[in-house]
Amino acid sequence: MTEQTGRQIPDRLTSPLSRALKSWEALLLVVAAAIFIANSLASPYFLDPWNLSDATFNFTEKAMIAFAMALLIISGEIDLSVGAIIALASTVMGLAMTAGAGTPVLVALGLGTGLACGAFNGLLVARFGLPSIVVTIGTMSLFRGISYIVLGDSAFTGYPASFGWFGQGYVFWVITVELVIFALAAIVFGVLLHRTNFGRMVYAIGNNATAARFSGIRVERIKFTLFLLTGLMSGIAAICLTSRLGSTRPSIAAGFELEVVTIVVLGGVSILGGSGSIPGVVLAAFVMGLVTFGLGLLNVPGIVMSIIVGALLIAVIALPRLWSMVRR
Amino acid sequence: MSILKSREAILGLAILVLLAVVASRFPGFVRPANLANVFTDTSPLILLALGQMVVILTKCIDLSVAANLALCGMIAALMDGAGVPLPAILLVVVALGAALGAVNGLLVWLLGIPSIVVTLGTMTIFRGTIFLLTDGAWINAHQMSDAFKAFPRAIIAGLPVMAWIAVAVIAVFAVLVNRTPLGRAFYAVGGNPHAAVYTGISVGRTQFAAFVIAGALAGLTGYLWVARYAVAYVDIAGGFELDVVAACVIGGIAIAGGSGTVAGCVMGALFLGIIKNALPVVGISPFWQMAISGSAILIAIAFNARSNRAPGRIILKRAEHRT
Repeated sequence: MTEQTGRQIPDRLTSPLSRALKSWEALLLVVAAAIFIANSLASPYFLDPWNLSDATFNFTEKAMIAFAMALLIISGEIDLSVGAIIALASTVMGLAMTAGAGTPVLVALGLGTGLACGAFNGLLVARFGLPSIVVTIGTMSLFRGISYIVLGDSAFTGYPASFGWFGQGYVFWVITVELVIFALAAIVFGVLLHRTNFGRMVYAIGNNATAARFSGIRVERIKFTLFLLTGLMSGIAAICLTSRLGSTRPSIAAGFELEVVTIVVLGGVSILGGSGSIPGVVLAAFVMGLVTFGLGLLNVPGIVMSIIVGALLIAVIALPRLWSMVRR
Repeated sequence: MSILKSREAILGLAILVLLAVVASRFPGFVRPANLANVFTDTSPLILLALGQMVVILTKCIDLSVAANLALCGMIAALMDGAGVPLPAILLVVVALGAALGAVNGLLVWLLGIPSIVVTLGTMTIFRGTIFLLTDGAWINAHQMSDAFKAFPRAIIAGLPVMAWIAVAVIAVFAVLVNRTPLGRAFYAVGGNPHAAVYTGISVGRTQFAAFVIAGALAGLTGYLWVARYAVAYVDIAGGFELDVVAACVIGGIAIAGGSGTVAGCVMGALFLGIIKNALPVVGISPFWQMAISGSAILIAIAFNARSNRAPGRIILKRAEHRT
């Protein structure tokens, strides 16, 4: 940790092809393919298209948030309140639903709550300069706490049938609405990060916020926007999740933040900020989804899967570092 | 004047105001016997918050303490079921807690993985391990021996053993943090890691030591928790790590490291403990507690950021001024 202060410059540049082959994304692709093959050998039910379509629910909601979270982490911040934002947005939708609101109002409220929560986080972090880890640990308690105040140990049920489309509907054959939202989000965030000035600025802030500020980047405004985006994606995820479950409990989406951060880190985004890519996050989402679905088919209980997710999170960061230590 | 400005004084004042507000409606709450109860009830939070404090001082964070507590508590209950005597159980839970802390510490020290990632991962691994050990079964009061359950509740000089353990650990920490080379190393590493290296302090090793201490305390608290509530299962103390971090933040431990005091940390824990115990008395649904502690965290960090403009407790800077 201490001995490596400067950035290392390689003696010899490798060719683009060999770099692509050695990249984190290529490794993820191999892992995803291996898990896919292992799963189809381990269980005869795996290769059924409807099963695979069901399997996507394991990760689509988390991955939607993971795209925005990836940008946030690349910029050097983090948002641990995403699960709580889902809980609050879902509670607000539930309140509106009991008051007789229709689907368009519910969707607007879900998005609005997500944006408001993101703006609140962004205001505290970007405007007042508070550390995002503690701010979002605080808002995590606050947002979910409000859900608990509203709901206690009860639940909202009885969402209108048309609202079920978001989490249970199909666009075409086995392609679910959630999968389409996931794909659209991947494209939008991929373009935003890799093809726009905004994306370059996000990298610049993550690598050196001071230098970014001196080169004229409005660091605070961009960080605020990123929190807003994370809130918005959490709102969308809240709509999908509430629609899929058809009910709201205050414990909804508990522990989502862990899995979202795991997907982002597994996708090759440096937790210290400054590097990472959206294709990596997409592949990581598939890897996570395939692992949990495959284990589910083998009747592995959820909590054992969470051990595997936790170990995966540590291993993907530890192994490259161990490797470079061994080689030195 | 400077005493009035210190955040310990403000926090102390906030606690007194809180007590006064509750007492104005319910005088029984501030009877010494009830206050002793509140302190005993808050002991686990105090113990974990002190461990978390040294970790945060070194610029790290340990989100796995509650899972560590639950795992050690389950091991204690299982050993009791196997007929292991209590002193041996105590020794094992402290050693096991320290070992689990050492796992976190080694990953942070040797591999340089950010502590938040390491402990998010070990948090789920520790909890999952409890499930693997027990298949999700509960260990209930009737399956525990009487000696096992009685120890934390035994009254010595008016206070239960659990409260005395908290008092003893507070005393040990006051000495450890303020009067030993290791304590100064915690502040030095968090205050300025580069300067710490030049003064011959190993940053990684100091962080490792902080994780081991936090782990050992979590292990001890695991036994106390399980024995006091007389139940052990996978989800005990679920989400407690947030309360622990909240206690530290409210107590003025700067999350950026290098600044904070034992007194502040203990008062931060007591502040949350009093709120938790006062809510049912005042007749507010316990469901409010989560939102209240969340707001308390936010107010406390906003307050910290404001007071940080005055120099905090950064000993290396002070040493520079002195020479």
